[in-house]
Amino acid sequence: MNYHWNWRVFWEPAPNGTGNYLDMLLSGLVLTIETAICAWIIALVTGAVVGVLRTLPSKTASGFGFAYVEFFRNMPLLVQLFLWFFVLPELVPHSWGLWLKQLPNAPFYTAAIGIGLFMSARVAEQTRSGIGALPRGQKLAATALGLTTAQTYRYVLLPMAFRIILPPLTSEFLSTIKNTSVAITIGLVELTAEARAMQEFSFQVFEAFTAATVLYLMVNIVVVIAMRFVERGVAIPGYITGK
Amino acid sequence: MKRLRIMGLVMGLALAAAFCAAQANAEELTGTLKKIKETGVINIGYRDSSIPFSYLDDNQKPIGFAIDICLKIVDAVKKELKLDKLTVEFNPVTSSTRIPLLANGTIDLECGSTTNNPDRLKQVAFTNTHFLTATRFVSKKSSKLNSIEDLKGKSVASTSGTTNIKQLTEANAARNLGINIIPAKEHAESFLMVETDRAVAAVLDDILLASFAAGSKDPGAYVISTDAFSKPEPYGIMLRKDDPAFKKVADQATAALYQSAEGQKLYDKWFMQKIPPKGLNLNVPIGAELKKAFAKPTDSPDPDSYKAM
Repeated sequence: MNYHWNWRVFWEPAPNGTGNYLDMLLSGLVLTIETAICAWIIALVTGAVVGVLRTLPSKTASGFGFAYVEFFRNMPLLVQLFLWFFVLPELVPHSWGLWLKQLPNAPFYTAAIGIGLFMSARVAEQTRSGIGALPRGQKLAATALGLTTAQTYRYVLLPMAFRIILPPLTSEFLSTIKNTSVAITIGLVELTAEARAMQEFSFQVFEAFTAATVLYLMVNIVVVIAMRFVERGVAIPGYITGK
Repeated sequence: MKRLRIMGLVMGLALAAAFCAAQANAEELTGTLKKIKETGVINIGYRDSSIPFSYLDDNQKPIGFAIDICLKIVDAVKKELKLDKLTVEFNPVTSSTRIPLLANGTIDLECGSTTNNPDRLKQVAFTNTHFLTATRFVSKKSSKLNSIEDLKGKSVASTSGTTNIKQLTEANAARNLGINIIPAKEHAESFLMVETDRAVAAVLDDILLASFAAGSKDPGAYVISTDAFSKPEPYGIMLRKDDPAFKKVADQATAALYQSAEGQKLYDKWFMQKIPPKGLNLNVPIGAELKKAFAKPTDSPDPDSYKAM
């Protein structure tokens, strides 16, 4: 292979005037993490609500949950972001559309909400399966004790269901982090975008993407380790998931 | 495509056998020329949407100004190696894949709209300049933006990771314009930002702006600025570094083409006439600088060396 390796390129000044190439990648990493955290909060909250809706006795509620999940998980994320960013402002009245388009940091908000909603469909499915995994007797016992439906979920079903689905939720969080790279398509300058920019400026393509790979890996390992601690911390002996 | 590849392989094997017999004769060949002689195949990297340099027509066949130039280089290689038959294989490349694919030998020539600059010369080589382009902006006529100063405080799009966005960022800082820069992933998206009013202007190579405006729903609605963010920068066909024998063949072939009447004819074919697939006419006459670069072919990365006298 005819390639000129130069690992010291990271300490060379980047042409955008904000320091060297390493600073450039790190600023992308910060944006990646910020987007992932915002998206994950949206995904967890919305996903938990929709997941619960799907298990309710009400036909309307479970029908809505079903439609929501199928809508968001059956369309490629790339297409969804594109729709939110370019198509939505054209569908609303002109003045609203113009306001949406002129918003500062529009790619960041669009990415956080878009990825958040996409991932929420998956979290909803996890929540539903977590509740479904509990023995039927739990719900019946709660009803027999005179708890309302809301109380049954709050005090009996959800505390256990969330403990069951913690390990798959870790994977979903990792997916959220990796999915932020799709936001490059709507102009979010996150880690992958910075790596692309770096290879475009310096032509050191392998160095740029190796660094991006290592950074993604490090962030994800930190998340995995942190989630292990959370799992251990919330485990209750005697529960399905307890040791 | 598959059949082509198998054919290439069979032919490559046959040629390799022939090559072994005549090894003493071909010993002085090195690098890319040697590889082409051994395999009987030359690989050309093309871009799928760099109109009119390198793009796909309605039959998904790569065409364009740079492709035509590359085919001239292929002819020269064929003559140099005294081959009866040389198979040309086309490989699609993007701005992220062109370097690795060139480095690992998947492509031998990158025929597109790649800017030749000193930083890139550390990694690759370029043959004689085939086009000069400056960074300008396109806007809707209705927004009445005439100079770079008029962009003050507005939202302006450009493609992330390009020299264009770098120059826009520099001008923004140097002239204190307070422009809100929106980075887009691809050139087409930068233009889409202007089309959908997400940005008042898009900053790109002027020739790309001309092709986007010509291809839009309402070509008359757009205007390209006369104010430029940069000096004219050279485009070149990209080859592997440290392969002087192959570069010499490519340089001689391109120089001969540019200096002959055919060079001007080829330019007119892609820039002054209707081009496939949609019959667009870019209508960009050859500039004084490029005329000079055609008369005296050069592979210099320095914009100052292209000044017309």
